[in-house]
Order: sequence, then structure tokens, then C-alpha cells
Amino acid sequence: MIEHHLPALQVLLPLFAAPLLMFLVRWPTLAWALTTAVCWATFLVSALLLEAVWAGDPISYAHGGWEPPYGIEYWVDTANALVLLIVSGISAIVMPFARDSVEQEIPRDRIAWFYTAFLLANAGLLGIAITGDAFNIFVFFEISAIASYALIAMGRDRRALLASFTYLIMGTIGTTFLLIGIGFLYMMTGTLNLADLAERLPAVRDTSTIRAAFAFIAVGVSLKLALFPLHLWLPNAYTYAPSMVTVFLSATATKVAIYVLLRFFYSVFGVEFSFGVLPMGYVLMPLALLGILIPSIVAIFQADVKRMLAYSSVAQVGYIILGFSFASTLGLMAAMLHLFNHAVTKAALFMALGAIVYRIGSTRIDAMAGIARDMPWTMAAFVVGGLSLIGIPLTAGFVTKWYLLLAALEAGLWPIAVFLLATSLIAVIYIWRVVEAAYFRERPAGAAPVREAHPALLLPTWTLALASVVFGIHTALPIGAATRAAEILLGGYP
Amino acid sequence: MSAGTAIGLALATPLAGMLLMLLFARLPNLRDTVMVLTAATMFTVVLQVLPEVQAGGRPSLELFELMPGLAIAFEVEPLGMLFALVASGLWIVTALYAIGYMRGAKEKHHTRFYAFFAIALFSALGIAFAKNMFTLFVFYEILSISTYPLVAHKGNEAAKRGARVYLGLLLGTSIGFQLLAILLTWSLTGTLDFTDGGIMEGKVGHGVGAILLLLYMYGIGKAALMPFHRWLPEAMVAPTPVSALLHAVAVVKAGVFTVLKVSIYLFGLDYLQELVTTEWVMYIAAFTIVAASLVALQQDNLKARLAYSTVSQLSYIVLGAMLANQIAAIGGGMHIAMHAFGKITLFFCAGAIYVATKKTDISQMDGLGRRMPFTMGAFLLGALCVIGAPPMGGLWSKWHLILGALDSGQQLMIAVFLASTLLNVAYLIPPVIRAFLRPPQDGYTGGIQEAPLLCVAPLSFTALGAFAMFFLAGPLRGLLEGMFP
Repeated sequence: MIEHHLPALQVLLPLFAAPLLMFLVRWPTLAWALTTAVCWATFLVSALLLEAVWAGDPISYAHGGWEPPYGIEYWVDTANALVLLIVSGISAIVMPFARDSVEQEIPRDRIAWFYTAFLLANAGLLGIAITGDAFNIFVFFEISAIASYALIAMGRDRRALLASFTYLIMGTIGTTFLLIGIGFLYMMTGTLNLADLAERLPAVRDTSTIRAAFAFIAVGVSLKLALFPLHLWLPNAYTYAPSMVTVFLSATATKVAIYVLLRFFYSVFGVEFSFGVLPMGYVLMPLALLGILIPSIVAIFQADVKRMLAYSSVAQVGYIILGFSFASTLGLMAAMLHLFNHAVTKAALFMALGAIVYRIGSTRIDAMAGIARDMPWTMAAFVVGGLSLIGIPLTAGFVTKWYLLLAALEAGLWPIAVFLLATSLIAVIYIWRVVEAAYFRERPAGAAPVREAHPALLLPTWTLALASVVFGIHTALPIGAATRAAEILLGGYP
Repeated sequence: MSAGTAIGLALATPLAGMLLMLLFARLPNLRDTVMVLTAATMFTVVLQVLPEVQAGGRPSLELFELMPGLAIAFEVEPLGMLFALVASGLWIVTALYAIGYMRGAKEKHHTRFYAFFAIALFSALGIAFAKNMFTLFVFYEILSISTYPLVAHKGNEAAKRGARVYLGLLLGTSIGFQLLAILLTWSLTGTLDFTDGGIMEGKVGHGVGAILLLLYMYGIGKAALMPFHRWLPEAMVAPTPVSALLHAVAVVKAGVFTVLKVSIYLFGLDYLQELVTTEWVMYIAAFTIVAASLVALQQDNLKARLAYSTVSQLSYIVLGAMLANQIAAIGGGMHIAMHAFGKITLFFCAGAIYVATKKTDISQMDGLGRRMPFTMGAFLLGALCVIGAPPMGGLWSKWHLILGALDSGQQLMIAVFLASTLLNVAYLIPPVIRAFLRPPQDGYTGGIQEAPLLCVAPLSFTALGAFAMFFLAGPLRGLLEGMFP
């Protein structure tokens, strides 16, 4: 009985738990415990969902018994089950880490509010991924975005307010564009259900209204996923947000937006329209290439490590979009694979930084000089994550890079293969700057002695650091899921 | 013990040893004993693989499949057997030497140093035993990364700068060129397995093949082909045991070993002969041999001179591979072993001189022979081996390389080998002359004052080893002939 309602539970668990937390303002630890329980429950749900769709057919869930396309439909196939797993998995793993980190960075009387916003953001992201309804996507985008603005604004630095405000403006423009696009689609087809849209669009697709809808949706979602040059909100938002929020958002928020773009381009509009009639390949590829190159170079010159990683995130979005722009099964598979691998890798890196913030209260590279002697485990986790980010063999990052390169060669674009190899060397430079400072420089004069981070911080950090190695060796799960996801997305709705 | 088990055990030994060393970090004597025992165990286990390879077998072991069709797997053929024996055998001597050196020169962070040393040996063995190019590449990268902390060991500005160049060039070439070449090979031929006779024939056109060759040769930065040789002199900031075992044997030989392996088992010698770029690479190697020797002549710092000498000697092997005939390939394989014994002796001597007198320059070495007769005697033997003079092992590898050049009708290359021999004499013999025939500059009149026994014994041993190789050339050639069944 209950397994029948899993798709609904996926979103409703965090959505309903969020308001409950507001009654726990005086008991922050209890609020944390409840949030943790909810996150692990959603993780379990998404694991069960992935298992169910892995073997069998996609699941269609009609809310309130209203049959699609009239009611709201939740739709789960391997493509979005993978995204759901990423979102819920990262939030489950980050929760043990959150307890100490949040207690230190957030005033005590606001901790319960903080978790309320966190669960709302979580519910929003899961909702975007699971829903089969275009208008519903917009609603969940807004839920997650408004909650994220609040989360970012709670950062330890007052600049967090400005970062949150910029994000608010850019994010609102993005979702408004998305809404306009969806409105146009509704006007032309009279439906909001994604599968139904895919069926009805071909009849009307040679109109400028549909082309305008396509453009609005593409630009709106690209703002949310921080596609270069629409990424300007991201570095500040990631830098000044509380450590735990950065971990969560970097691993999930842009990934979910990328999934939405994939869904619209491949399943709703169809490959033929997006990449045949409209030259999206020629639009996305140069943006992806510039988006890899320029932020990578900018990352080298950052004095703040958190900011450096934020720029690296923009570059990684470029890698994903590049795979996506090849419009081939192999390229799409590489994109889906990187979605997963990068979430794991980047979350590990940001968690290691969170542990450093917990001890020294700063992420400036100068403040981190010589830190490896005092915090060997934290820095070792950072190195492992860094190696995966660079794409050294036997790490998850390498597997993605391998498939991305093969996809480039398959498309006959060997200059892009050369370009990709060259840019991964830039990652070597910016990661190695941190390693050199932490391992081979002396502690700054007058710096207080620090101890290794708390096991509660280290354990989740190492879980993800090890995961980025394990998924580089035992690749069956991510490769299998990504291949199936790519086939499903390319195949459109059944 | 079956040969397959031995392969797995040999790879596991240095890792287990490393863990034990970390465990005993606070008990220096126990930790150092563990290191020597680990090295000895590893060599013994590697020896267990030898009989089957000598009998013409190719024992193998598959660990796991990384991506569909791409496995981390091992298969031992004669060339890999030779490289594994040389690297693991010389590790025993170097381990002893390192104890003497690190204590004598009062270096810090011993445990970290020994631990990364063990990882480096682990990856060298992985390279030697790799069954396919992908496995080789993985271990090649582990080797680059694990030796970075060894080069940066002193932690001062010079060490950090040297290490940065080191890692930058090695990672840069391997990711920029080698990985690209591997990907192209994989997408064109559908396999990366080392196969007798190569995998390219009939699948890769000669034009693409020619480009692939350049990508491989420059992608294997550890072979130090000019102009990507700078990392080797820069790496000399490392403590001498690193220069001796890694930058005269394990790391650089891993590079030329990969060159031979790629030439013989991926391209195939017959296919190689038909590529235009084979001749180009041959001339680049010839240029590297002569140019690096000329640079070595100018160096006053002993370790820098030895480093350039290594650059020059490595290109012997690259040249041997590019001559693309069996006798030259065998000569190249022999040179891996012969040069290893000669050069490690020379580096051990340089380190011993530093520990005993803090001298690093050749111009300070006047009269040193009276103070350190064993060290300087060993230096002479090592120098003769590198020069290729009888009665040292170096003679035979050079002999085979020249025969190979004759076979290919490359008279110019014979001239290069001969000219290089003269240059070797010109830069390796003067330190010996200074040490024995000139009076000491600082008026030193005390008697014999050598470095600690743990420094002198290993260098005497490798010097004698270089001499013994003169008589072992026959069996060595017998083993290497197994490359061409």
C-alpha cells in the first residue's frame, strides 16, 4: 500500500515536516534530530524509487486520483530517480555534519527556522525533479528559491545579505522567464502535463510562439543553473552562505535545474526540434566551452578557497552542458554521470572547508597555511576530493572525463578533446595552490593552535570523499543509471 | 605459490609495509627495519614470478573492471619482469642507504618520506606488470603524485619550486598528450591490451598513427625527451635516496619502459617502421643525447651533472625503440638494467660525499679520494658502467644498441652513440681525477673519513653489481628475447 504512494511521500515528507519545526524553536537539537530523520526517510524513499524504476517501467502517480493530463502527475523514471537520489542522498549525508556547523554559525534562536527553510528548499528541489507538470515545476522552483534566499542570508558575514539579494533578483528573473515560457506553451496546446505537451507540440511547433516559449524556458532555466555568462549570482551566494548550505546547494540546486533543461530539450520539445530545427548545439557548445575556460582561470586567482570552489562549480556546469550539447547518447550519458559524480565530489570538498571554518573561522588561503599539520584528516579529505575534481584515474571525476572525451571524439570534435584535457590542468593549478599552502607553508604568525575537527564533521566528509573514490572504481551503479537515464531522455515520453 | 598470486602479493607488499611504517612512526628503529624487510620481501616475491616468465609463460591477474572493456589487470612479460626485478632489487639497497643518509644528513619527517617511497615502488611495480595501457596509465599517474612530496621534502622555496615544475610537467604531458593518445587508441582499435605484434596494424591509418606516436612519445614525460626534460634536473632538490632510486631508476625507467612497451606491444615494430614520425622521434632522441651531454659538461653541481647525464642516457633507450628492430629493442631493455646499476652508484656516491663533507660541487672535490677512497672508487666503477667501458655491464647494452643501428642502416646513429661515449668520458671522469690526483684544497690531512657504513656499504654493493652485470648479460639477453616469441 505504502509503496504505491512513494512518489507523493518523496515531496510531502519534507514539505509537511517543515512547518512542524517551527514549534521547536526552543529545542534546536530536537529540530535537528527531526530534520535528520526526515532527510534519511526521503533518502530511503528515493532509493526505493530508483530500485523500482531500474527494473521495471516508469511510475506515474496521479495526485488525488485526478487522472493525468487533467490532474497533477508525478512521473518517475531512471533519469529523475537519479536526480532525486542525488538531492536526498546529499541532504541525508550532510545532516550529521550540520549539527555542529550550524550551531556555531547560526544564532541559537534561529536554528529551528534555519532547518525549516532547509526542508522547504529540499522539498522544492525534490518536487522539481519528480513532477510531471510544467506549472508545478515553476511552483517548486519558487519554493526552493525563496527558501534558499533565506538560507543564504543567514551566513556568518554581512555580505551574505547582498549575495542573497542578488540571487533573489536573478532567480526571480529566471523563474519569471520560465513562467512566461510555460504560459506560451499552455496557450498553444491547452495542457501543462509534460508528457501531454510532448505529444501535442509537434502539431504547432512551427510557430513563433513556440519558438519564443523555447527561448524563455532556455534562458530562464539557464539562469537558475548558472550557465556562463548567467552565473554571476553564484560565486557570492556560495561564498557567503553558511557552510552547510553551500554543501547542499552546490551539490543539488544547479543539478536539478540542469535536469529540468534536459527534460525540456530532450523529452518535451524533442531532440529533433531542439538540436535540428533550432541550432541549440551551436548555442550551448560555445557557452559551455567559455564557461569551462573562463571561470577555471578566474578560480586560480581567488584568495578565498570557498570562492575558488564556487567558480570551479560554474566550470563544472560547463562540462555537464558540453556533454548535453553533443546531443548523442554518449554525450548525454557523460552529462548525467557528471551530474552525479560532481555532486559527490564537490560536496566532499565544501564539507572539508566547512570543517576548517569550524576550527579557524575563515576559508582564506592565507589563514589555511600549514593547517594540514593540525587537521590532517580534514585536509586529506580535501586532497581526495581535489583529485576527483581534477579527474585523476581511480576517482569518480576521471570516469566522467573519460566518457566526455569519448563523446567528443565520437562526434569527431577532437579539438574539444584537446581543450578538455588542457582545462583539467587548470584544475590542477587551483587545487594545488591550496594543497601547497596547507601542507608546505608555516602557520601564520600569532595563529592560535587548532585541533582536528570533530568526528561528527569528519565522518560525513570522509563518507563523501571515499564515495568519490569508490564511484571511480566500482562504476557499475553510476554508469548503469546514467546510460539508462540518457536513453530515456533521448527516447522522450512513452 | 602460483605466479598469479605472486603478482598480487608483490603489489600488496609495499602497501602493507607503508601501513606498518606509519604505525611505528614513533619507533624509528623498528620502522626502518620494517622498511628493509618490506623491500626484501617484495624482491623475493617478484623473484617467484621469474621462472614462469623465463619458461615463456605470461602469468596474469585481473583485479577488477573499471569501465566496460577496461580492466585494471596485470600480465608479466620479459621486459616488465626485468624492470620489476631492477626496481624492487635496488629498493633493498636504497632502503639501507636511505636510513644512513636521512640520519646522517639530519633530514626531517622520516616516516612521511619512507611511506611515499613505498607508494612510489608500488606504482613502479604496477607499471612493470600492467596488462593494458590503461592500467599502466593509472599507475603512471600514481607514481607522479606519490613522488611529489618526496621532491618537495625539504619544504623550502627551492624545493617547492622544483616540485611544482616536476609535477606540472609530468602531469601536464601525461594528461595533455598521453591520455589523449590512449583515448584515440581506444576509440580507433577498441582495445588497449599489450599484444604481441601491436594492435594498430590494419586499424589505424599511417597518418593518424604518426600523430599518435608523437602524442605517446611526448605524453610519456618521464622519458625526458627534449624539450620536456626540465623536470629531471629540477627534481634534484630532493634528498639523494630519491634522486638515486627514483630519478635514476624507478621513475625515469618507468618512462622509457613505457616507451618500449608502447613501441613493441601497441604499435608493433613492423608498423612503427612505416611511420614518418618514427624517424623524427629518432632524431629528437639523438639530439637529446648529445645536447644533454653538452649541458652536463657545464654543470659544477655534481647532482645536476648526473641529472643531465640521465636525460642523455634515457634517450639511448628511446632511440633504441625508434630503430624499430628486435636487436635494438633488446639493447634498450638491457640498458634499463645496466644504466640503473651505474647511475644509482653515482648518485649514492654524491649523497655520501654530501653526508660526510657537505660538499655538492665538483670544483670542491679536489683530493677527496684520500678522504673517501671507497666512495670515489665506487664512483669510478659507476662512471665506467655509464660510459659503457669494459669490464662493466654498460658495455653490452651499448653494444646491442649499436648493432641495432647497423641493422637499420642508420650510420648517423652509430656516430651519435660513439660521440656520446666520448662526452660521457669528458664529464664523468674529471671528478675522479680531481679526487685522486689533486691535493686537497682545504689542506685536509686527516685519514680516511667516510660517510656512515649504511651509506658506503650500499654504494659498494651497487658498484660491484655493475661489474657483475658484465657477466650476466647472456642470461639477460635470453630473458629479453622472450619479448618476440
